[in-house]
Amino acid sequence: MTPSACDKSAFSTMEVCGSLTVSLREFGCEQSLLSRPDGSASFVQGDTSVMAGVYGPAEVKVSKEIYDRATLEVLVQPKVGLPSVRERSQEQCVRETCEASLLLTLHPRSSLTLILQVLHDDGSLLSCCLNAACMALMDAGLPMSCLFCGVTCAISTDGQIITDPTAAQEKESRALMTFAIDSAKHSVLMSSTKGSFSVHELQQCIAVSQKASEKIFQFYRDSVKRRYSKSR
Amino acid sequence: ASDVSVLWLPLPRSLLTCRTAEPLEYHRSFLKENCRPDGRELTEFRTTTLNIGETSPQCVSVCEVSVTYIGFFILFPCLGSISTADGSALVKLGNTTIICGIKAELANPTVEAPGKGYIVPNVDLPPLCSSRFRPGPPGEEAQAASQFIADVIESSEVIKTEDLSIDRGKLCWVLYCDLMCLDYDGNILDACVIALLAALKNTRLPEVTINKETSAPEVNLEKRRELQIHKHLVSASFCIFDDSILIADPTAEEETLSTAHLTVVTDEDDRLCSVHKPGGTSLSGERLQECISRATTRQREIQKLIDKVAHSVKKAQ
Repeated sequence: MTPSACDKSAFSTMEVCGSLTVSLREFGCEQSLLSRPDGSASFVQGDTSVMAGVYGPAEVKVSKEIYDRATLEVLVQPKVGLPSVRERSQEQCVRETCEASLLLTLHPRSSLTLILQVLHDDGSLLSCCLNAACMALMDAGLPMSCLFCGVTCAISTDGQIITDPTAAQEKESRALMTFAIDSAKHSVLMSSTKGSFSVHELQQCIAVSQKASEKIFQFYRDSVKRRYSKSR
Repeated sequence: ASDVSVLWLPLPRSLLTCRTAEPLEYHRSFLKENCRPDGRELTEFRTTTLNIGETSPQCVSVCEVSVTYIGFFILFPCLGSISTADGSALVKLGNTTIICGIKAELANPTVEAPGKGYIVPNVDLPPLCSSRFRPGPPGEEAQAASQFIADVIESSEVIKTEDLSIDRGKLCWVLYCDLMCLDYDGNILDACVIALLAALKNTRLPEVTINKETSAPEVNLEKRRELQIHKHLVSASFCIFDDSILIADPTAEEETLSTAHLTVVTDEDDRLCSVHKPGGTSLSGERLQECISRATTRQREIQKLIDKVAHSVKKAQ
């Protein structure tokens, strides 16, 4: 997909003012900003920024090929240094979430490569990676059964639930949870938690994340609508 | 060679599918009858065998049978664990075997946390345990498992890292926990958590005194003290089959055929330390609640098992 000159300026922002329960930072998204990958996107949540690039469907190494589906490979590159064990665990989460929503059986014996480059980390990094991944997969035109978005919730020491926390809020929190929510049934695709919490708190966070995901999906729609209305 | 199922239920001939040619159909035919190929119920865990401490003739292993209703224990002598480590444990969950060895070393504490020691877990999946792992640097599964164990230790505060500090800002203990899989038959995360907890209970750190004149540490290997374990962690893994059926403690075959995995880690106060679901098909709220309740029952069973073995090891010493 070759982006035209006016496509590049399809930059949309959305400010979600805090309702009593859900408040998210300012979002920004840009698609088709890189020329080499088949699909690319940059997603900004407050100060956290991640750039994603997708290559595929392309040729796959015989050792990695699967006879009836595409092989998805995810690489998370941190801002500084080489990828470590933490990035591998993030890669596993993003990869399995994408595999659940992509229609991989339409491209057997092919490879899909998703590269996520962390540009700045100010909290909610895994959910920003998931959002950037989804927008990049959309931009590449890969068939998906549903969209997904990432939401991070932090439980502060006094029991309050904060959505989309900054790095400072994450550090002071007692528990941190990241969920990937799908757009079809609004159910939990992926869950990654840190810190200890009760069952009731978990259910509350899932409910809050589902509410926040509606706003994020609306943002996806607005972003893509604005992009295609500006072309030509 | 095809492996025709040996059934203990009188199923009609049409359902006798081939295990190697159509593994998914084979497993489905059992799940329809609410059981699994090895005869377990859907929420039943495999027999757990635990061995703590060094090799000795009195060393016993406790085997827990029939976990669904009454857990009764069979005691029989078997091979010990690692004698050169400061703490060790061997866990067998069905066929899955994990051995954990803990070595304590002296180190300088980090600049960000001068009053705390640290714990470094490492999960190793060598080519010995399964044909899917090749020799070389650790693969994604091993690294993701190591990160999971590190997060669980940090989230649950099973050991207060302040207990590992000897001299604030200058000297602390660092515990290297090496978990090695000897036989991979699915559900390594559960086995790793049990092995880690058992090995930590077995770990005995030597006394360290700082010599006032030379300010050098003096380690007394004869006098040892135990580690304070604050939380009793247990993990329970499940996998989702065909987007709807939930099974506990999957074997390697069931893991490859399933559409999603979920691991829940609980402690004795019924607080959740980790809900780890790395993607896959979605999970409804009721299913999640089912998993959490099964995990809390499992926590009680394993807590009893570990306490019993630790107690018998102490008596034998």
